[in-house]
Amino acid sequence: MQNVLDRITANPKFLEFVAMRSKYSIIMAIISASAYYGFILLVAFDKEFLATKMGAGMVTSIGVPIGVGVIAFTILLTWIYVRRANSEFDAINESIIKEAQK
Amino acid sequence: MTKFTKILAGLLALALAGGAIAAGADMGETQKQATNWTAIVMFAIFVGGTLFITKWAASQTKTAADFYTGGGGITGFQNGLAIAGDYMSAASFLGISGLVFANGFDGLIFSIGWLVGWPVITFLMAERLRNLGKFTFADVASYRFAQTPVRIFAASASLVIVAFYMIAQMVGAGQLIKVLFGMEYLYAEILVGSVMMMYVLFGGMTATTWVQIIKACMLLAGATFMAVSVLLQFGFSPEALFAKAVEVHSKHDALMSPGALIKDPVSAISVGMALMFGTAGLPHILMRFFTVPNAKEARKSVAWATTWIGYFYILTFIIGFGAITNLIQNPTDFYVGGELAKGLKGGGNMAAVHLAKAVGGDLFLGFISAVAFATILAVVAGLTLSGASAVSHDLYASVFAKGCSSESELRVSKITTVCLGVLAVVLGIAFEKENVAYMVMLAFVIACSSNFPVLFMSVLWKNCTTRGAVVGGFVGLASAVILTIGSASVWEAVMHNPKGSAWFPYNSAAIFSMTAAFVTIWLVSILDNSAQAQKERALYPAQQLRSETGLGASGASGH
Repeated sequence: MQNVLDRITANPKFLEFVAMRSKYSIIMAIISASAYYGFILLVAFDKEFLATKMGAGMVTSIGVPIGVGVIAFTILLTWIYVRRANSEFDAINESIIKEAQK
Repeated sequence: MTKFTKILAGLLALALAGGAIAAGADMGETQKQATNWTAIVMFAIFVGGTLFITKWAASQTKTAADFYTGGGGITGFQNGLAIAGDYMSAASFLGISGLVFANGFDGLIFSIGWLVGWPVITFLMAERLRNLGKFTFADVASYRFAQTPVRIFAASASLVIVAFYMIAQMVGAGQLIKVLFGMEYLYAEILVGSVMMMYVLFGGMTATTWVQIIKACMLLAGATFMAVSVLLQFGFSPEALFAKAVEVHSKHDALMSPGALIKDPVSAISVGMALMFGTAGLPHILMRFFTVPNAKEARKSVAWATTWIGYFYILTFIIGFGAITNLIQNPTDFYVGGELAKGLKGGGNMAAVHLAKAVGGDLFLGFISAVAFATILAVVAGLTLSGASAVSHDLYASVFAKGCSSESELRVSKITTVCLGVLAVVLGIAFEKENVAYMVMLAFVIACSSNFPVLFMSVLWKNCTTRGAVVGGFVGLASAVILTIGSASVWEAVMHNPKGSAWFPYNSAAIFSMTAAFVTIWLVSILDNSAQAQKERALYPAQQLRSETGLGASGASGH
């Protein structure tokens, strides 16, 4: 077992993979945080914009689809990450482990 | 229904002014209503059904591992529902729909805040937690560190968080039972305390998870029914719904735009940080990552949890507007004395409950009331289990009685469960007349300033050391508590100091306390050149290997 672990740690592919995946998750985290803080800053600084009506004669303000959109975007982003991690990343992970076990 | 009495004047104002704090778990003080037998019978059926499941779960719960993780065989989808159940508390259902009912758009701002923590957990924590941990998040935080100090820190922080969260829930239960069932406050404490103890004591994590799943399904189904009924009234046109709401509500068009919820940008960012990172530090949420078999399922759990929670918040928005259009035009049935000026019967948080009656009659009202109360029960069970594992696994089995048998660890966890159950009842009674509005928010602030930074740094930063993690974690914990005491929600609202005398000017301490924790962990770690620190840094590659690949992960198979 220790041999396998050492071989994985020494495998440049492993470090490359970890760095790539970490970068991806951090970028995704930044995107979701920006969506949220973007919305909050609008609430703090530009209430008029959020109160703009969707169209002439309409009651619905633009803030409603934006707000619901932030919720939907958050869910979507989570699934995009999980999809990729559960297929592509897990496959690379598996192949690195297999390679070390040879 | 004639015995409805006046709501307390402060209740609505609290919901409006308290910001993030009000939607936490606070029901305000309520008045006892007429006995609602439908609700009581439905709740009894729920308790009967879940106790039956507990009996089955008890036959599955033989070892400490079964107790903490339900044997590790829960699927990602099931776990996602259970996590969502932990998060969709009575307060978020009644509180947020009540906030929408009173303020419209502001309620939406609020719910978004409660959702944004989930991607952070998904992207940064879920799989690493699953790969490194066994029973509690302290397993992860202490992976390469000295066990005793890190475990003592983790257990203390967890117990403090559980205590605040629990008090808020128990007081909420007592206030709710008066309005929903028309029963005494004291009954709620004893009922919740004893039923919850049975779940945890006999059924451990298996029962706690299934209770949470059942409750989540009932809540989602009930809320969906209400939202669909409301939309049906308007031919599925949100525009028509909003137009009607704007027409009948006293705030008219202001319903559709952000109001005074966000006072200053620093508070807004600070509250946002607490919600965003606090979720990733709540022990009763974190423990759910150890109930699934592997990292793949752990990721799926959070994706499902995020989906259900997001969906639920969209429903509460529709429900709030539905309450506006259905209740305001019918003051005789839903308002105190039939007068709009006197407010909703049972208080502003009852908007969703009254809407249930408007769209589904007395039977559905009973169902929603039972679900709302069951929600508190399920959340308290989860909190108790996480508190019990902090004591039995982190303190007893890893510090005070190292190498003890699984049987004695299980015994300690059960004794702790009973102690926590009794404590919950006692605290619930003690805090009946107190203002507990700040407590859930405080739990989030502590979580994002203690557990989260320690977990994050220990897993992702090579140079982190025991000393850094423990000192930084305690600094975060202490500053979160001290700064919250100085804020208006405690200094003025709880300690009754004169208005304007609060020495901490913001709604949430997170921006300062979380920063303090991270900076301290970093500073103490880089200054730590002890032999122990060198050893811990040398262990990082092995930890990283396991956290990133899952090789050697507890319960993982096939490698």
